[in-house]
Order: sequence, then C-alpha cells, then structure tokens
Amino acid sequence: MKRLTPYLLILPGGMWLLIFLVVPMVFMASVSTQEGDIVNGFVQTFNVSVYGEALAQYRTQFLRSVGYGLVATVVSVAMAYPMAYWIAFRGGARKSTYLLLVLLPFFVSFVLRTISWKFLLADDGLLLSPLKSTGLLPDDFHILQTTTAVIGGLVYNYLPFMILPIYVALERVDPRVIEAAQDLYASKREAFAKIVLPLSLPGVFAGVLMTFVPMTADYVNAGILGGPANTMIGNIIQIEYLTNQDYPVASALSFTLMAAMLIGIFAYARALGTENVLEAAAR
Amino acid sequence: MDPRTNPAFLRGLTQSRSVTRRDALRLAGLSAAGLALAGCGIQGKKAAAPSKDAAADYWTSKKKNGTLRFANWPLYIDKDGKKYPSLEMFTADTGIQVTYQEAIQDNPSFFGKAQPLLAAGNDIGYDLMVLTNGIHLGRAIQLGYLVPLDHSKLPNFAANAAQKVKNPIWDPNNTHTIPWTVGLTGIAYNPKYVDEVKSIEDLFNPKYKGKVGMMSDSQEIANFGLFALGVDPDKATEADWRKAGEKLKAQRDAGLVRKYYENDYVDALARGDLWITMAWSGDIFQQVAEGKDLKFVIPQEGGTIWTDNMCIPKTAQNPVDALTLMDYVYQPKIATMLVEAINYITPVPATKDLVLADAATKSGDEKTSLEQLANSPMIYPAEADMARLRSYKPLTPAEEKVLESIFQPITQG
Repeated sequence: MKRLTPYLLILPGGMWLLIFLVVPMVFMASVSTQEGDIVNGFVQTFNVSVYGEALAQYRTQFLRSVGYGLVATVVSVAMAYPMAYWIAFRGGARKSTYLLLVLLPFFVSFVLRTISWKFLLADDGLLLSPLKSTGLLPDDFHILQTTTAVIGGLVYNYLPFMILPIYVALERVDPRVIEAAQDLYASKREAFAKIVLPLSLPGVFAGVLMTFVPMTADYVNAGILGGPANTMIGNIIQIEYLTNQDYPVASALSFTLMAAMLIGIFAYARALGTENVLEAAAR
Repeated sequence: MDPRTNPAFLRGLTQSRSVTRRDALRLAGLSAAGLALAGCGIQGKKAAAPSKDAAADYWTSKKKNGTLRFANWPLYIDKDGKKYPSLEMFTADTGIQVTYQEAIQDNPSFFGKAQPLLAAGNDIGYDLMVLTNGIHLGRAIQLGYLVPLDHSKLPNFAANAAQKVKNPIWDPNNTHTIPWTVGLTGIAYNPKYVDEVKSIEDLFNPKYKGKVGMMSDSQEIANFGLFALGVDPDKATEADWRKAGEKLKAQRDAGLVRKYYENDYVDALARGDLWITMAWSGDIFQQVAEGKDLKFVIPQEGGTIWTDNMCIPKTAQNPVDALTLMDYVYQPKIATMLVEAINYITPVPATKDLVLADAATKSGDEKTSLEQLANSPMIYPAEADMARLRSYKPLTPAEEKVLESIFQPITQG
C-alpha cells in the first residue's frame, strides 16, 4: 500500500488531465490533418499542408496577436512591479487588504468588466462627451475600436495575474539581505538593482507566463473593444470553429499558436537562465 | 550544454536503457490508442431528401406530452413583467406548459453548440427553436437534423400565412420550417449627423469616416456589396462576389468602417459610436418607439429580407407539443399580440386590421404607437419595396467556402 501512495496521490489530477486534456489534444491533432466539410464529413488524409495554408492566410492576425501580447505584457510589468513593491515593502499590516483590492475585479464577470468599458468610453459617453462638447476633442475622435482600446482592455483584465506573483517573490525577500547590502556600502539604488530585482525575477517570469500566453490567445477584448483592424488569432479560431465549422483550419491554428507560445516561453526562459528561473518559479 | 559534458547524455551512451517488456507493452498500448483516435474522421452524413412518407412515419408514434421547451432570441415575444401572455393563452387553450428560454444570440454559436448533440442523436434541451434562413439552417436541413412537418396539423398556417412566406427557396413546401417573423436589412442613421439617406453609396461616404457600421455576416455584406454594384445577389457569379469584395475592402481600408457588428450595432448606434449603419428593421423600430431619433430606409439599390424560422430538432422530446405551438401562433389574434411586441414583419397579414382595431380601443401614446406600427413600411412593407428585396441565397458547402474566403478577410482583417 505504501508503495502505491504516491501513485494514488497523482491519480485524480493525472486522470483529469489525461481525459480532458491529452485525449482532446490527440483528437484535435488528428482533426487538423483531415479534409472535408461539415455536411459531407471530414476524412483523415494526413493533409499537413493545412498548417502552412492557414498560417499564410492569417499571418497578419497571428503577428498582431503576438505583438499585442508583448506590448500588453510590458505595460503590465511596468504597472504591476511598483504596485507589488509598494504592497510588499510599504503595505504594513494592511497588506492582505490591498491584495484583496487587487483581486476585487475578479468578483465581476470577465465579459461584464470588458463591456463596462464600452459604456465608459462610448463616443457620446461619460468620458468623451464632456471633452467633445468643450471642444477639447474633435467630434469624430474615438477610443473604442482602436488598438489602444484592445491593449488597454488586455492589461486591465490580466493585471492582477502579474501583480500577485511579483508580490509573492518580493514578499519573500529577507529585509536583512537589503540591510546587509547597505552595510557593505551599497546605495539604495544598487541594493535594489543587485539584490531585490534579481531575487524578484522569478516572480516576474511567473507573471509573464501567466499573462502573456492568455493575452495573446484572448478574443474577448478584440471582439468587444476592437475594430476591423484589431482581429486577433483567437477571434479567427473561434470563427473558423463555430461559424465556418472548418475544424481542420481551426485546429491547425490552435496547434500553431500553442507551438509558437511554447517556443517563445522556452527561449525567454533560456535568455533569463533556465535553471534559476524555472526552478525558482516552481518553488 | 555540450553533450560531451552532459552526464545524462553520457549515461545514455554507456548504459542500457533497460526497456522492460512491460514498458514496451505500455507504449504500444498508448500509441494504439493514439492511432485509433487519430484515424477516425468526423462523419458528415448528408441526409437524403425526405421521402413523402417520412413525415407520416415520424409522426405516427408521437404523442402529446403536455410540456414544451422553446428556444428563441432575446426580445422576440410579448412580455408582461415576467409573464408571456401569448404563451399563457396557449397553455390555457391546449394544456401544454411552455419553458421559454432566450437561448439564441446568433445562429453560428447556437448551431455550433447543438450540432455535436444532434449528430450523436442526443437531446439538445429544446423541442422548438428559431433559426434564420442562411448557412446554418441550410446545414441543419442538409444534415437531416430537422423533423419533417406534418402539415395536416398546421391548418392555421395554411389559412393565415402570407402567400410570400410559403414555399421559400431555402425550404421548398415548408417541409421543415415555418416562419416566426420576417425582417429586413437596410440602413439606419442618426439624422443629427447624417443627411437624408437613400442609397447604399452613403455607407461609402468619406464624410462619415470611422462612424459607419457594417454587418459581420458574410452573406449580409456580400448582398450590400452586390447591390452597390447594381448586381442582383440571386444572379451573382463568383466574379461579382470578388468585385463586391474589392469595393467593401476599399471601404474598410479607407477607415470608414468602425466595426463589423452582430447584434451589438444597436447599442453602438444608440450611444453615438455610429452615425450610419447596416441595420435590421425591427431593432430600429423598437428604438424609435422608445423615443430615439433614428431613421431606417431600404436603400434604392435594394435590401435583404430574411426569415427566422420555427423548426423542430430531430431529437425533440415533445414534437407534438412543438407542432401545436407552431400552428397556434398563426391565429391572427395571437399573431397580433406577437407583432405588437416584436415589431418585425409578421407572416400573418390579417394582423394589420387587428392592430388598427386595437388602436381604436386605446388612447394617447399607446394609440399613436399602434397606428404607427400598422402603417409602418418596416412592419408591413409596400409591394414596391418588396420588389427590391432579396433573400440570402442558399449555397452549397463549396460555394460557401468561396464566399467566406472572399468576405471573411474583410470583416476579420
């Protein structure tokens, strides 16, 4: 029995992943190389060229998604780091209250949060209408259906996922290490650059991992806040699947996206020094 | 890492991998399962056209159960608080309890969700649903997902339905569907910002840059592109589609189009994001009834007419009850209750006089709005307008692919 215990521990989660992740993935991989249409049925022909064709057809949306993901990630880090730093080192006794406030938006549905932006930023809405009537902005100025709106929405919806891991990493930094640095004549700036920042990098890595991937694959923000030139690859996959019911193309695009994300993340881990960061992030 | 200094690599070179027989079996089992999964295609099962006896065969063994699960679109029935007066009358008259759900937001996602269940022969949770004529209803019919209707149980439809809604091109002889409502795609605009609109060309006017709304459905924009070129969508060739695509692409690339919309164009128009947009007639009529200053026109080049159709999925649990309701709403009295609430074109022309009769019993605002309804060209279009209207053309899967390949890159740039 004792020998079996570790296997029993992994059984529920393992079965869950096997049945609901691995099996559908194999199935989708198989669908991606089939040919046909929904009415006449799809037949397995091991047609690999669909990958190249789908990628060529939707290259723009693909690159755009990665671009949006990158910009939104950088903006998120820039906004999340100071905030996490402040909560970790200056939060005092109310740290947990501040963390709750960071998480508070999650108590409202994702879609509803994004839709509320439509009301706030409408052309004749709360924010723009006064600016327009006072002549500060031209009549046809708008924020909705622009790149700014989509990236803003992405940052807004995923920011807490960046703040939390950075906070956890910073919170773990022992204040005595900083004191030691200062005892050894490091200025405040040097102590931050050489001690605090490197120690918090695993948190940043985890944050990037948790935001960059879902932001790149997101379709809600582009669908609600974007215009004709903001379609992301997630929207394309959704349309190919639900509207056109072109299952092979949708599956091929999903796999290409997954592969691109994995390669990107591993390259990024490598650049930061895999051993350190991945291990630390998993700690 | 240099492989020469990698201990794992060296170990691999120097030691046997010690693959046990059990490992090999396990591996073989897994790959067999993988291959089995990878090998199976997705069956399409195109259904043959139903034979004359199909309807009779289906219906002989079916009995009334006293319950009905009805999936419809939002704002698509009369409502009094939380009650549906027409459905309550139905229950009182027939003894059938109705569970009414506003479950359909758009055709693709509803069909996308129901399709695997129907393919597997499982209940989709509804006995009656409303689908728009177009690609997805066409697929449902081709795949044999819809029950052939027993017209001997539809006497009110036979007696009261308008001649022009009978025997539509997408469902000859109303074999599988009868209409719930009919609507028009035209142009809506805000007269505060836009001068009087007559032509589709107004959607291409650079004055309205960034304030023009277009529909995201490929057949919707295809029709408007074709009308703009003076081509009849019913007779359009692939070359015409491509020309229409070029025109619509130029419109997008010039920054005229704010977004390609689904249902959400109404909010955008009401909030001022849009000044002029492709629009569905009933939506705009409802907005105007609520006091918004908006106008709707059928452009001089033409507009699109579409029908939302009641149909019974083949896995319905209560088909007799569904068929009973389908006929019940074709009584002029009930159809009048519906049209007064829904504000789309009713398939029962006799309602016009009943709406006017209703108006005569009311006073003040209610009277005016009912009179407006009865006299509105959006609800009871004139023959001259009807002549300019075209349906979505039924397409084969191959044609559909070509259509999407031309118009989807425009809406999904």
